[in-house]
Amino acid sequence: MPFLELTNISKGYGPNGSRSEVLRDINLQIEKGEFVAIVGYSGAGKTTLISLIAGLMKPDNGSLTLNDLEITEPGPDRGIVFQNYSLLPWMSVHENIYLAVDQVFPNWSPAKKQQHTEKYIAMVNLTPARDKRPGELSGGMRQRVSVARALSMDPQILLLDEPLSALDALTRATLQDEIGRIWQENQKTVVLITNDVDEGILLADRIIPLSAGPNATLGPAIAVDIPRPRDRTAINHNPRYKEIRRDVINFLLGDGGKKHTAVTKKLILPDIEPEDLSVPPPLLGWRKRPIRRNEVKRETVEVDA
Amino acid sequence: MTPTTTVPPPVETLPVRDAKRFVANEPPIKKIDWLLLPMLGVGVVLAVWAISSATWAKELPSPLKTWQASKTYILDPFAKRGEMDQGILRFTWYSLVLVAKGYALALVIGTPIGFFLGLSKPFAKTFDPIIQVLRPVSPLAWLPLGLVLFLSAGKNASELGALFTIAVCAMWPTVLNTAVGVRAIPQDYLNVAKVLKLSRTKTLFKVLIPATLPYMFTGFRLSLGIAWLVIVAAEMLTGRPGVGGFLWQEYNALIYEHIILCIITIGVVGFVLDRMMSVVERRFKTT
Repeated sequence: MPFLELTNISKGYGPNGSRSEVLRDINLQIEKGEFVAIVGYSGAGKTTLISLIAGLMKPDNGSLTLNDLEITEPGPDRGIVFQNYSLLPWMSVHENIYLAVDQVFPNWSPAKKQQHTEKYIAMVNLTPARDKRPGELSGGMRQRVSVARALSMDPQILLLDEPLSALDALTRATLQDEIGRIWQENQKTVVLITNDVDEGILLADRIIPLSAGPNATLGPAIAVDIPRPRDRTAINHNPRYKEIRRDVINFLLGDGGKKHTAVTKKLILPDIEPEDLSVPPPLLGWRKRPIRRNEVKRETVEVDA
Repeated sequence: MTPTTTVPPPVETLPVRDAKRFVANEPPIKKIDWLLLPMLGVGVVLAVWAISSATWAKELPSPLKTWQASKTYILDPFAKRGEMDQGILRFTWYSLVLVAKGYALALVIGTPIGFFLGLSKPFAKTFDPIIQVLRPVSPLAWLPLGLVLFLSAGKNASELGALFTIAVCAMWPTVLNTAVGVRAIPQDYLNVAKVLKLSRTKTLFKVLIPATLPYMFTGFRLSLGIAWLVIVAAEMLTGRPGVGGFLWQEYNALIYEHIILCIITIGVVGFVLDRMMSVVERRFKTT
């Protein structure tokens, strides 16, 4: 029995007229302790997918279960690291994490909560910055706080929503290594959403490409059977690495990318009956304008996804 | 800066300052900016005032006459010679106490209303039209109603009426800014509250209020300005001792010099209050 299971999930936005389907037929099974990376284009619906797992959104169809329990609302059993950190700017690093600890372990003694908080601050190497506010930290440091906050809740599953995409390349590399290390220490189930194929290969057990939206769906999973710990420079020469990379990119550029989809749009065609200028204007008031009826049409357009 | 420093003529200083601005993007604060130019402005107004009183406005006391007539009130600002004959700062103090009470009332009532407006769409739709209608009503229109409402309070009626008027008039900026602030809370912060499953009270105190504070303080500052405007009108109509009451009494006593004294006092106090609030406001802006 899989730990996290998504069955026939679909999700769309907007009212019926100009509705766009973001995700369709999403099926995903993740085992306990597994590190899965979902790779896809920007705008493909990756954040929608993680919001569904987090419970911040409800799917239109299909079911999500974690540990055989239906996911209906957000909760601290799923730790999320958002793309834009989502730290509360009026609280220090310590307070941000303590808020989560205090909320998830209300029965602990204050001393134990403090100790737990400090432990996770130390895990992401931020002890010297524990009393700083997010505004005083660099992007990389903020994202580490966000990771520490998610881990401190001791979640059953860790959801990483493009956690490193807003960082510069060097910080990115450091944090990738850090996430890899933390995962090996904790052995948590992790879902990593990313647009960086290399990041996925470096960190994950399995890579699943997400085709371009709208109507995005998951492609075939590709197992990353490169032994750990993986070294970011050595891995470049690994033939298996090149193979996986090619497969993922081929899917994204091929089947998943060049897909034609139909978009239904509401079009308003103006009625362009001309005004009769030969009729003299009345003394008072305006010239009587012809009634212009706009014609409303629905049109289905084939587009390159 | 030593007192003996002479200020270089403006012709020389201005180009230098502009040149420095190009380099550092932050011009150094020159004496001409913060002292000489404002004094020039005061001088111009005084001149217009003096010429006016000497030519077309014969009833307007000249600056010198105003000073002579007001001297006792300014030089002995806390004297109490009678109910309506007190030092100007003593009057100001009475007014400030009343403003403080009315303002506190406005904040205590206005902030929660603002929160409800921001949080609940149905609540906003229900009460927004009423608020938009009541908001532009002048304090002069509210005061009689306030006096009638507290008619049974006897000798406290005028104070309660004045408080009611201040609170009702000063409340709106706080209400509207708080509502805007609550609506502007980023979804990220609300998501954090949802994921952590914070209780309603905890969400309010840990997320909603801190996130709204900068907007709330802008509202508080505007409200204080209005409260100070209203106090004068309220005192004039109720005849309570205070800057406004003094102004009205001196008008009736035909001592026009004191009217000008009161106007200047009201302006200076309002300016100081606004500055103080803006310092507080800036402190909360940075967080």
